[in-house]
Amino acid sequence: MTFPYLLTLIVFSPLLGILVLAFTPKTKESAIKLIGVLATIPALILTLYLYIAFQLGAKLSDFAEKVSWMQFANPEVFNSVYSVNYELRADGFSILMLVLTALLSTLAAIASIHIKKEWKGYFILFLLLQIGMFGVFAAGNLILFFIFFEITLIPTFFLIGKWGYAEKEKAALSFLIYNGIGSAILLIVIMFLFAKIGTTNIEALMSILSNKAILSESTKMTLLIALIIAFGVKLPIFPLHSWMVRVHVEAPPSIVMLHAGILLKIGAYGLIKFGIGFFPEQFQSLATWIAILGVINLLYGAFLALIQTDFKKVLAYSSISHMGIVLIGLGAINSAGVQGAIFQVVSHGLLAALLFWLVSIFYQRYETTKLAELGGMARAMPVTAGFLLVGALGSLGLPGMSGFIAEFMSFLGLFKSMPILAAVGCLGIILTAVYLLRAVLSITFGEGKTTNKVKDMETIEKIPAVILVCLIVAIGVYPDLIASGLTNTIETIVIGLGG
Amino acid sequence: MDLETLLSYRWSAMTPEFIILGVVAVLSLLDLFLPRSFNRKLLGWLSFASIIAALITVFTLIGDTPVSILYDTFRLDSFAIAFKILLLIGAALAMLLAISYEPEEKLEEYRGEFYYLFLTALLGVMVMSSSGDLITLFVGLELLSISSYILVGMRKNYLPSNESAMKYVINGAIATAITLFGMSYVYGISGTTNIKEMAAALGAIDQQQHLFLLALAFLMIVVGLAFKISAVPFHMWAPDVYEGAPLPVTAFLSVVSKTAGFIIIIRIFIGVFFQVPDLSGNNSLILSLQNYLAVIAGATMLIGNIVALRQSNIKRMLAYSSIAHAGYLLVAVTAFSPFMIETLWFYLGAYLFMTLGVFAIIQVAAWKAKKVQINEFAGLYRSSPFLAVSLAILFLSLAGIPGTSGFIGKLNIFMGALSTEPTHYILASLLIATTVISYIYYFRVLAAVFFRQPQQETKISFSPPAVIVISLCVAVTVILGVFPNIAFDFLHGNFLSFNDFIQ
Repeated sequence: MTFPYLLTLIVFSPLLGILVLAFTPKTKESAIKLIGVLATIPALILTLYLYIAFQLGAKLSDFAEKVSWMQFANPEVFNSVYSVNYELRADGFSILMLVLTALLSTLAAIASIHIKKEWKGYFILFLLLQIGMFGVFAAGNLILFFIFFEITLIPTFFLIGKWGYAEKEKAALSFLIYNGIGSAILLIVIMFLFAKIGTTNIEALMSILSNKAILSESTKMTLLIALIIAFGVKLPIFPLHSWMVRVHVEAPPSIVMLHAGILLKIGAYGLIKFGIGFFPEQFQSLATWIAILGVINLLYGAFLALIQTDFKKVLAYSSISHMGIVLIGLGAINSAGVQGAIFQVVSHGLLAALLFWLVSIFYQRYETTKLAELGGMARAMPVTAGFLLVGALGSLGLPGMSGFIAEFMSFLGLFKSMPILAAVGCLGIILTAVYLLRAVLSITFGEGKTTNKVKDMETIEKIPAVILVCLIVAIGVYPDLIASGLTNTIETIVIGLGG
Repeated sequence: MDLETLLSYRWSAMTPEFIILGVVAVLSLLDLFLPRSFNRKLLGWLSFASIIAALITVFTLIGDTPVSILYDTFRLDSFAIAFKILLLIGAALAMLLAISYEPEEKLEEYRGEFYYLFLTALLGVMVMSSSGDLITLFVGLELLSISSYILVGMRKNYLPSNESAMKYVINGAIATAITLFGMSYVYGISGTTNIKEMAAALGAIDQQQHLFLLALAFLMIVVGLAFKISAVPFHMWAPDVYEGAPLPVTAFLSVVSKTAGFIIIIRIFIGVFFQVPDLSGNNSLILSLQNYLAVIAGATMLIGNIVALRQSNIKRMLAYSSIAHAGYLLVAVTAFSPFMIETLWFYLGAYLFMTLGVFAIIQVAAWKAKKVQINEFAGLYRSSPFLAVSLAILFLSLAGIPGTSGFIGKLNIFMGALSTEPTHYILASLLIATTVISYIYYFRVLAAVFFRQPQQETKISFSPPAVIVISLCVAVTVILGVFPNIAFDFLHGNFLSFNDFIQ
């Protein structure tokens, strides 16, 4: 049922598109856009195949790949050599993230029709970014994870800096510096583990580190805190978030779809897989702090979203707020909480992509995202306004949509372990409803400033929105769609946490 | 020494040096006697051919048993061969840049000596990498230094070139004097200049005072050699010389001369000081002096990277970046891991290609426009996507981004610092932290190149040799970044772990 090198094919399938694009003349706009979209399709098909194969019971070990890549010392002279392999593997969580990445990439590629210049460079970088994202989720060892993690930084830097809005250059540099610091800390942790333990294979590290004799308690704690900071920059955790607001505001919306949808989730992925996976006991003793950070994120994001006048900023702070829910779920350290966190990762990925796609649509028409200037859009663009309302409702956690399941599970988990904190956190849910409805209402109804005649969504623009809404509702109504694949992952994590 | 012993030596080990030496002699005569109208660029191509010929003969020498001739003053071991490969590749690429170099006030009168001075400098480095005696080591060093003093001042009617040559001579002389002073102590204690005998004599030291004297000598040698590798405290010449010297010379200094510095450091460190026990008698003297090296490495990384942030002239920025890279390399020397020589070799090789590529790009991009300020590179992507993308790849490699050889090199250094006992946590963290700082200045240039509009449209004229250099450098940088084992297998397969070094 599976075939060899499936993961490699997925990770490097965008290369084909890059090669074709390299030989396409740069003035042929529509051809380039078509190639750009088509280039994301093979990966989508392959990941769906992977997902279905996995659901039908294919063994995960069949997907794993391993090729020797680099040795640090001469194996003929030294007995113990540090060697790095090219190894890919997948588990339930990473397969889910691979599917999400492939899906959002295709949709973001379609959303890139609004890009106005230098399409060739744009799509080459876009596909490079896609390789990086796939690699992060398929990496079988930490060095490879780090390499792909860094590879996502570079295309994103150029995509923000060249195709973004007014303050793009500043946003790109601050993105680079913050994430550079985050990945530097990550590299120190990775290389420390490598030097002291001799392997960076994720599975091997998990079993070795569960042995109490390896590394002292305080070393493990230091490593965990370093990991939390490294991934906290990415997630982002308050107070490391300022770069992320800038990126959300200045980057082109199609890139923000990927940035909010996937790149931020690498932080959550890393926290879950490496933070909890490697250091479950230490994570447990930090759980209260994680949950507190989560509640702070949730409330801080929500309060600031409440006073923004720019819709993009509302969404940026809403992302911070929603990432708080991931932390809350993780801080709960029980199966409901962890499941809630993973659900939130997927759900927010879809919702953020939908909302930023809508931003792209009305920025295309009105060239503004200021709430005050967008008022009365419902009359000119009823369909867009409808989708916007759906997105907002999903985001504030309306039952029947994916956001609800995620928030419900996270808070269920936290109420079990820390009821008081959970009660405080619930305020955030109310605030979420307030700021989202405030923003959406002032856009759709409000004073009719957007009187100029514009066309509502065109058919091609509807495709991403419809697909996203369908998935959001599908997950909301039938959460098992993704939950069934996660049982194993969550079980492993919870067993690591000691039941 | 009678004729018989002289003939019994395996002179074939010196073939590469003989080729260079012969061509130098021929070139200097040709330059003298050829009519003025003769195009001296042909002499450049002749020098290039001689470097390539030497490179090929070096490859044929791989796998021989270590040769030692002339009473151990010249030895050809795997270390010498491996580094000669780097030196010759670097010199060949720099020579290609020199051939296509056209300063505005013309170089015609001096073009001939421009080329053969490159070769004499190269000869000096090659002798250094093969020397088994402090005397030949020093002669090689001086041959390199004096040739490069002249090369720096080659643009005789260009004021910054004169100024930088002056600074280079004075700084260089002081540094050399300090090194020589340190060497004289070592000679005084051991009574020989032969590295092998020296190691044996020093290994038997049992008097504490002698050890202190040796430690002092060690530090003096290091400090003096800091000049060649442009490390703190002798880094001040780098920005001025980079700015004023003709560009191919700058490229040569930043690559070949820096490699030479590390060659001499390794020769003396492993050859001599590694054999000396420290006060307790259990460890090597080097291990107990690690902290001093660590301070130099740390300061070099910090100063190089932080001062680079403030530069607006791209050559000065590259000078500080090269200081920073010397710091990274010194981390590997400080850590003294079992795979130190491999690490240094790989990093110097990676550094060679990225640096020469960048210099080639600057030479092409700044061809007529005399561009030197970073903001004058704005919009390079518009006028030449090829140059802009090449520059991006090479800068990413200098910044140590995965997918490039620079990353693999840094990973090796980092691994070396973390895998040894005692573990160099601070130094390793400093390496990573300063790398992040370096992102700022590398990416600021890239931001200008890609995101901004050009101030005025300039036509860029490509010269074929420079384009060859750029393409080759970019290709090697990417290939070594993706398949680093090509280089490591070559090293491990042909040189084992350089264990014939001290035999």
